[in-house]
Amino acid sequence: MAAHTFIDAAPETGPAVTPLKTSGKAQSIAAAGQWTLIWQRFKRNKVAVVAGWIIIALYLIGIFAEFLAPGLPDTARPQFTNAPPQSIAFFVTDENGQTRFQPHVKGYTQSVDPASLRRTFVVDDTQVVPIGFFVEGPAYRLWGLIPSTLHLVGPLDPTDTMYLLGTDRLGRDLLSRLIHATRISMSIGLVGVVISLCLGVTLGSLSGFYGGWVDLVIQRIIEVISSMPTIPLWLGLAAAIPITWSPLQVYFVITLIVSLFGWTGLAREVRGRFYALRGEDFVTAARLDGSGERRLIFRHILPSLTSHILAVVTLALPTMIVAETALSFLGIGLKAPVVSWGVLLQDAQNVRTIAGAPWLLIWPAGAVVLAVLSFNFLGDGMRDAADPYEG
Amino acid sequence: MGRYVVKRLIYMVPTLFGMSIIAFLIIQLPPGDYLTSMISRMTESGENVDPAQVARLREVYGLADPVWLQYWKWISGILLRGDFGYSFEWNRPVADLIWERMGSTLALSVASLLFVWAVALPIGIYSAMRRHSLGDHVFTFIGFIGFAIPNFILALTLMYVAYRYLGMSVGGLQSPEFIDQPWSWAKFVDLLAHLWIPIIVIGTAGTAALIRILRANLTDELNKPYVITAKAKGLPEYRAVIKYPVRIALNPFVSAIGWVLPELISGVTITAIVLNLPTAGPLLLRALVSQDMYLAGSFILLMGVLTLIGMLVSDLLLALLDPRIRFT
Repeated sequence: MAAHTFIDAAPETGPAVTPLKTSGKAQSIAAAGQWTLIWQRFKRNKVAVVAGWIIIALYLIGIFAEFLAPGLPDTARPQFTNAPPQSIAFFVTDENGQTRFQPHVKGYTQSVDPASLRRTFVVDDTQVVPIGFFVEGPAYRLWGLIPSTLHLVGPLDPTDTMYLLGTDRLGRDLLSRLIHATRISMSIGLVGVVISLCLGVTLGSLSGFYGGWVDLVIQRIIEVISSMPTIPLWLGLAAAIPITWSPLQVYFVITLIVSLFGWTGLAREVRGRFYALRGEDFVTAARLDGSGERRLIFRHILPSLTSHILAVVTLALPTMIVAETALSFLGIGLKAPVVSWGVLLQDAQNVRTIAGAPWLLIWPAGAVVLAVLSFNFLGDGMRDAADPYEG
Repeated sequence: MGRYVVKRLIYMVPTLFGMSIIAFLIIQLPPGDYLTSMISRMTESGENVDPAQVARLREVYGLADPVWLQYWKWISGILLRGDFGYSFEWNRPVADLIWERMGSTLALSVASLLFVWAVALPIGIYSAMRRHSLGDHVFTFIGFIGFAIPNFILALTLMYVAYRYLGMSVGGLQSPEFIDQPWSWAKFVDLLAHLWIPIIVIGTAGTAALIRILRANLTDELNKPYVITAKAKGLPEYRAVIKYPVRIALNPFVSAIGWVLPELISGVTITAIVLNLPTAGPLLLRALVSQDMYLAGSFILLMGVLTLIGMLVSDLLLALLDPRIRFT
């Protein structure tokens, strides 16, 4: 325990003056800009750095979804419903006892349960489906523009099947669907956060800069919104979306709903910082120089908050992702043919389905948890690093 | 103190007004109203729709009034007569339907809050006193995971685990054979056997958050000179910790009611839908899907009011507990 902290001061040896320019490193730190300092501090938090890489990887998966997915998300093969995941093996032994390198997955044999007439699939070790990198597969258009048939991994013969994560109840490849869902789910968070960023920064700075009745009104609004339980509120708004709307419209409205209630935390943070900063010397100096109020807010105060805002935004992203997932899971968010993590989880709604095909729960749920966890760690790291001049 | 309570109550009025506006907005938002959907149903089934009768019904239900008048009728009905409107799907007044469901929602939320306190207190104290020990790291890790897993995914996972490995039928609050039975010991045990999953699911995120707060607060407190003095004069460690620092670090437990309660009610809603519990959640979802908007709006309004009352209680308790808070 810290039993003796109060006498733990440094022993007074030598002069109490720190000699200038002790080493080259100290000099570079002294001259470093704010962002260099933030970056150096952030780098020390290894967990946050790893989380950052995971987030980047998830966004790359989202961006190149069509290429990375071995198949198309909507190709259904009714003969393979709820097929279990296949695992990759690297060596095959032929009849002569020769072992050679050939990445492959094992095929399935079907068996029909005589009592329930349910088809079950068993991995058959005798069937070898060779797979490889950069194979020809089903045709797609990358970002809806560039036509291509190249896939990162897949079976060498396009008529063969490779289900690394299993299939759903319509015989669609879960891996392909999961990769396409990553695009939707991760982007919904991003779009949503941009909207709440605009709302939060504008209202938060108005509130903090002017104070008085502006502050009072905005604070009341924030209080109303943040004291409503979010999920019932999201449900209420999402249920009002007409079913005739196109998936794209629904996508944007869901983003809007999610962000409409996500800005309050950001606004509070910005407001608090404004309160602290508006009495600072540099603000007074700018005011005396004749800067207008808009210039004061946007040119002088907001830039000094950028790092804090970034951190809060990162921490707000997982809420948006979870919101979308929850709404889609309940069936009033995104709907097929759009695939998001929540839409995937819709297939895993009752215990019987999950017991029969646990991969339908495990992989989408794992993706959500991974994303949320990474955003939280990254955001925590950024928040700690956001103010390099304190502590 | 009396003035503080009155002031807090007056502050609640604009917030309540804002909430009622949001709830009313949700009622009004879906395109068309109940009559349009009734007319389309009638024309579909080949019945004749008499325009005069439609106009009369529109008059009776006040659907032709301007929006502010509709709002006024709705809110004054609630405030003056406890009349929440009419559930078109159930053909009953909304007030008949909601109270029982709101009661179980509140009961489940309070039970989860008790769970959150009971778990977070010992773990928080342990983590603060043995910082960076193995146990601390384990709890921190579990806390992060609990924080990151959305409620409904946790519910599904626990349901699967209970079904697969414990052979339990989960979902609902009672086994089928007990549903219409009078209360007995066996029924109570059965209720407890069903209750643990929702309580864990709903409480985990709040517990994780509260442990982090308690750990941070208690750590600050433990480094203060008075604790060192207490130890220096020979107080055993547990007394030096429990007697004063824990009491001060406990304040967030009380203020937590304010911000944990909306989360809990939110959590109860979605968890109840997944686990099919007889609380407001499943009924709300059903009302929303079938556009039974008075029922849905009333639920949303009442849930908001419930959280607001929770916040009020937490503020008042905090003011009572912590003399540093001035009644201004």
